[in-house]
Amino acid sequence: MSDVILQSIVKRYDQTVAVDHVSLSISQGDLVALLGPSGCGKTTTLRMIGGFVDVTEGKVLVGGRDVTALPPARRNMGFGFQNYALFPHMTVAQNVAFGLEMRRVSKAETAARVGQALDRVKLAHLAERLPKQLSGGQQQRVALARALVIEPDVLLLDEPLSNLDAQLRQEMKIEIRELQRSLGITTIFVTHDQDEALSVADRVVVMRQGRIEQDGTPDEVFETPRSHFVAEFMGVTNLLKGQREGDAHFRVASGELITVPPEARGAIGGMAFALRPERIEVAEHSGAAAVNSLEAEIENATYRGHVIDYRVRTPSGLTLVARRPAPALGGPKALGAGNKVRVSWASDAGVLVPL
Amino acid sequence: MHAKWVNRLYATMSAAVVAFILLPLVGIVWVSFFSNRILSFPPEGYTLDWYVRAWGMDVFRDGFVTSVQTAACATLISLGLGVPASLALTRYRFIGRDAIQTLLLAPMIVPGIVGGAALFIAFIELEVLFDHQIAGTLGGLLIAHGLIALPWTVRLVTASLAGTDRSIEEAAASLGASSLTIFRRVTLPSIRPGIVAAALFSFVISFIDLEKSIFLVGAGRTTLQIALVNYLEWNLDSTVAAVATVQIVIIGTLLLASDRYAKLGRAF
Repeated sequence: MSDVILQSIVKRYDQTVAVDHVSLSISQGDLVALLGPSGCGKTTTLRMIGGFVDVTEGKVLVGGRDVTALPPARRNMGFGFQNYALFPHMTVAQNVAFGLEMRRVSKAETAARVGQALDRVKLAHLAERLPKQLSGGQQQRVALARALVIEPDVLLLDEPLSNLDAQLRQEMKIEIRELQRSLGITTIFVTHDQDEALSVADRVVVMRQGRIEQDGTPDEVFETPRSHFVAEFMGVTNLLKGQREGDAHFRVASGELITVPPEARGAIGGMAFALRPERIEVAEHSGAAAVNSLEAEIENATYRGHVIDYRVRTPSGLTLVARRPAPALGGPKALGAGNKVRVSWASDAGVLVPL
Repeated sequence: MHAKWVNRLYATMSAAVVAFILLPLVGIVWVSFFSNRILSFPPEGYTLDWYVRAWGMDVFRDGFVTSVQTAACATLISLGLGVPASLALTRYRFIGRDAIQTLLLAPMIVPGIVGGAALFIAFIELEVLFDHQIAGTLGGLLIAHGLIALPWTVRLVTASLAGTDRSIEEAAASLGASSLTIFRRVTLPSIRPGIVAAALFSFVISFIDLEKSIFLVGAGRTTLQIALVNYLEWNLDSTVAAVATVQIVIIGTLLLASDRYAKLGRAF
């Protein structure tokens, strides 16, 4: 178990730069998510840490040891593949035993450790099965047991949940989290799913075009995105472009002047006000105008079960999406398209981000 | 209604194709039991004499032994060169890769008689150059047979390799396996059907070869196919059918046996 340090690592293919000077310091026992859309360099970064992709520039240090030039076999890392990559011709027990066999662990000890590893993932009863006889979730557990039984310094997981259905994904999320906590193993996992990153990781590293866009705890990244890109990726659907005016105001491109939190960062250049749809109130009657309240008309209402999404449009042409709880869950009465409404939000409901 | 009609047509066509392929084989097996002294129709009676006679003839026995030995060696050459070549072709990018792939597959495209003549001339040229006999030697014959078998190994094994999942090799590497161990424990088992199919085809392709062998066998050495052609030149009786039937049985058994051992369907 060790800390992992990436010192300005670069991966260049002929013309393209897949990973562009990424530096990251991960403390021992942390669970870090590399999050981003496909092609952002997250998987390449993970594969460079694992040793499957050569590092063009920079260094990878694990527990203070420079592993940049070491082949995967000598890094002592557990790697979980997106498709699990179980050996199809070996039983579950043989799969899990493989790493120990390579380490020339004695037969008796191997048997004991394989049993223990399978117990940990609750699969001891399937030890003699072949991978193809297992469900996706079971295969994932075997892959985890196989990666962990060698007591690796670091656990690397490439999109560990992407091949599972929604319910199983929820279970595996919790299982991976608990396994990681109980073993205290430094873990880096790659995902394109913000929800997955936020709910599993201690720390979320958002990547874009081979660079780190933002790096912070899940709540930091979710609540105070530092860029337009991160805000959008975190599900902020309302990104109002405009200019800062004074300390506490923001002039939206369509003309409205809104109040923004004074501590909102960055005052130079084009900005956007990132406002979550959940923070926008929708009221039917056009009552007294408070701070940040606009007259609008509902263009479209989408029922989504637990919530209703309203797309509203102001007379000036500004479009916003507001998300209100469904009436059945204690939310306000549902409104239909064409209703005149007043939308409003608290002055600290959003953040300013650079474009 | 329409679908039913299409299905019926499809079944009829399939049956016709199968019959077209099987009928000559069935015919030969049938003829091998005729008691007619000269190959003719209809049968006058049935006998096993032709088998006894064929077994008693040295040319067929020796030819059979030579053919089996040659085919076995050709299979070893084909696998020994073809499997590493396939690995290199599928796993690495290098200059001339496409050219080498085409070259390795070429013996499959060149007509046997052309290839045989070309090899014969090349051997003669080399003999002149090095003052060492090649044409007519067992070595020369084996080179030729290895050559015609090689494309099958390259084809089948590259197809197998392309179909295997690279991540299982990476998984083995991350668990501490060396390249050799990965190949032995992970890659090889997953391309086994391809290799078995390659061995089988190499063997059969060499065993049934006539065109190249005619050019390259030396004095006093014949393969089974050459013995058959020689015999047919002067005789027309069911001995040839009996020998052919034995070949059909051997090749059929090999096919079925290897299909049991490694599902050959997966190799294509």
